[in-house]
Order: sequence, then structure tokens, then C-alpha cells
Amino acid sequence: MSKDKKTVTTVNPRTASRRKFMKGLAGTAIGATLAGKAMASAGSKKSGFLTINSLEEYLQKNYREMTKEEKAQVLARMEKEYSERYGKDVKVKDTEPIDGVKFTYALDLNRCIGCRRCVYACVDENNQSRENPQVQYIKVLQFENGTMDFEESNRYYNPEQVPEEGKYYMPVQCQHCEKAPCVKACPIKATWTEDDGIVVVDYNWCIGCRYCMAACPYEGRSFNWGDPHLPAEEMNPNTHYLGNRPRMRGVVEKCTFCIQRSREGRYPACVEICPVGARKFGDMNDPTSEVRYIFEHKRVFRIKEDLLTEPKFFYFFG
Amino acid sequence: MKRSRLIAAVAALVLLGGLGLAVANQAGDFPVDPPELDEDYYPCAENCHNDMDVDRTPRVLEDEHSDIVLHHAEQFRWCLDCHDAENRDVLHLQNGTKVPFEESYLLCGQCHGDKFRDWRAGIHGKRTGNWNGQKHYLLCAHCHNPHTPKFKAIKPEPPPAVPGGAEAGAAH
Repeated sequence: MSKDKKTVTTVNPRTASRRKFMKGLAGTAIGATLAGKAMASAGSKKSGFLTINSLEEYLQKNYREMTKEEKAQVLARMEKEYSERYGKDVKVKDTEPIDGVKFTYALDLNRCIGCRRCVYACVDENNQSRENPQVQYIKVLQFENGTMDFEESNRYYNPEQVPEEGKYYMPVQCQHCEKAPCVKACPIKATWTEDDGIVVVDYNWCIGCRYCMAACPYEGRSFNWGDPHLPAEEMNPNTHYLGNRPRMRGVVEKCTFCIQRSREGRYPACVEICPVGARKFGDMNDPTSEVRYIFEHKRVFRIKEDLLTEPKFFYFFG
Repeated sequence: MKRSRLIAAVAALVLLGGLGLAVANQAGDFPVDPPELDEDYYPCAENCHNDMDVDRTPRVLEDEHSDIVLHHAEQFRWCLDCHDAENRDVLHLQNGTKVPFEESYLLCGQCHGDKFRDWRAGIHGKRTGNWNGQKHYLLCAHCHNPHTPKFKAIKPEPPPAVPGGAEAGAAH
């Protein structure tokens, strides 16, 4: 720790000047100075808000600019780090999109009873921080029958039993917009839409400015205000770089349609847990898929359609 | 006249047969869990009903099956409208066709045609497995008790924490 600090203090404050400082920066000292600084703050976890654990992590490129070899190195480093931290064999995948697939979600408002099973299945699958900060991708909104004013909705309902008389429930999560405002808002391209339509975040590239959160009209994104609390025994070791690998303090995260499952052909966790079968998922480009059937045979709508964000998340009445 | 009627009947049979086959095929594409049959009773014929006379009078059962409450258009029907009188180990459709418990969806589909169509397409009911491959279906009776099909209310999971640490439930 003290050694790191010495590395950081390369300038004598008595003789320091702006010119000398710039000269120093231009020299070879730049890498060592910055990295030393980063590692010092990682060690103490007190100075600075972002956490960086190693020089490799600090110098890591944006996921989309990495070559195959660089990706492999990064994944191997992460697997080692996570496996040590959680005491189990953690796999970090980089499964690519399936050609020609456009993921789409459909939710049956006639069926949903507001039981919140999906909320917790999602938390378990995707390794969210359990508390302080509490991160949940799905918000189940309760409305009075006949209304759909989001400001009047209640997400804290807690009766003995659901569904309650005269109420209906609308779970909201990332809508995976075709024209995602969050992607446009990000100043550093740390979030983007993949070819299969999933909007993802490179947690290592995110600087935590939360512009994307301000831009999202669906409250689809969450922020790690502190070090995530993920109990080792509850950690899901089947992870994806762009999905449920453990996050760090100071980064934004969101629903990825369970990218670690869906890219391997499986249904997302929320689909499989739903006790009333209200959640449907599949490929809109496949004419035989469930979501396509819903799109062609049911009355569907998207929330806040007037914002022209074109969500790939449909609500319907089954 | 007689001949045309015969042709019509044959045509209807062929059509119906074809439909039945199509249904079976479509559901057969994906595995459906076997029904959960009560081992205290099943097989019903062997355990009890083979030794009993069939009483076709609609009535409230008092000696056996008294735990079963029929709340499913009960004013119009009773046990033997769905359960087969001759063989209690199967069900029967309105047209008399006997169907095993494994294909009880055919029975439900007689009235709930819209739900049946949605179920076959994967829209009604829960699916697990793969969105692009092997899907796992459940029978109607796995989720709905056929005698009282309406879902019971359940306890919700806890609400999210209120920002600022206020008590949940007090908000709004």
C-alpha cells in the first residue's frame, strides 16, 4: 500500500509546475503512474468511486474493440478472479448472437397476478446485489383497474395474498428498444444493442455517469451505489461477460434477457419461474415462434409507444 | 337421399378423425408431463370400481371422494360427464371417445377451444426448456384443479426496499 503511494508521488510539490507535470505525463512514466494510482485506490477501496483490481483490468479495451485473443485473455483473468472470490468454478462466456435471431418478449396482462416470483428468480440467476444496494431488474407495478398512469402505480404493495380485487399488475423491465435512448445517451459507448436485439453493458467500460438511466423511460437500468453484496453460496457460476458476471461498485446494469441462457437456446429465468405462464419469449424472425404467434393473433401493445423507442417487449391480453 | 347422407357421415368421420390426429400430433411434438394421479385411488377400476355397480344418478357423493368439491359449471354436470362409467381409468369426450388421463387436454378443449388453441401454440400455460428447441408442456390439470379450476390467491414475494429506508407498504 505505502509502496504504491510512493509510486504515485512522482512529483515534489515544492518544485512542481504545470509545465513539468505535462512533461512527466508525456514521458514513459504515464502507464506506471496511472496504473499505480488505480491499483492503490483498488487496494484501499476508499479513494475514488470506481473499483479496479489489476493493471490488466485498468488497461482493458472496450469489449467491442477486443480481438479474439484479447477476449480470451480477459475472460480467463475474470474466471480466475471470480473463482477465487466466490470459491467455486466460475465460467465467464462470450457466446455470440445466433444468426438471424431477433429476441422478443411478450407478457400476458390477463394472466399476471403480481406474485413477484420473476423478480427474485431474476436476482438469483443474474447475480444482482441483494441489499445495500438492492438491485432488481423487474419492477411489478400495481394499477387500479381501468387506469394506466405510471405515476399512480404502486410497486410496494404487500398484501397477504395476490391478486387483489380491483387491481391489475404490470411487470416492467428493460424493454430492449430498437431505438434505445440509453444507447444514444452513453457518452463512451459502454452500452449498445447486439445483433440479436439485446441491449448490453460493458461493466468495465462504464464510468457510472448514469446518463443512460436518465434517458431510459422505463426505469430499465440500475446503479451499483456501493459494493454489490452477493453471497458466495448464492452466486450463479454460469455467467456471460455481457450478462450476469459479478458487477462492481459504480456501474450500471440491466436485464439482458438472461443472455447467458437465451443465447444457448434456453428461456430466461423469469419465463421459467412464472407460475401462471404469463411470460413468453422467442425469436420474432421465426414464423413458428410463440412471440410471433402472439404478435399475429393477439392484441398487443408496447408501453410509452409515443416515445418511438420501439421496444421489443410486448404486452398482450391472452 | 340415403346414399348422400351416408357420404356426408363418412366425410364427417374422416374430417373428425383427421382433426383428432392433427391435435395428437401437434401436442406430441413436445413432451407433456404425465398427470399426477392419486395413488390412493388409481387405478380406479382395479381398486374399487370393477366390483361396483354403476349408479348413473347425478348425486352428491357421501361415502367416497367426499373431499372433491365440484365448482366447475356444477349446475350442468357431475362425475360421469367426464369420467367414463364403464372404465374409470379413462375419461370420455362428448362424442363418447375414450381418452386417457395423459390426453385430458382433449376433454378440456371441448369447451375451452380458445385456450386449447393457445395452449397448443405455446401461449396459454407455462413453458420451460428451449425457445428454439425442446419445449416442455404441462397438462391443463397440472395447474388447474379440474374440479375447481380457478386459481387460488397466493402470497407475494416481498416488495422492493423503499429508497430512503421507509417502511414498505406505508408508501403511496
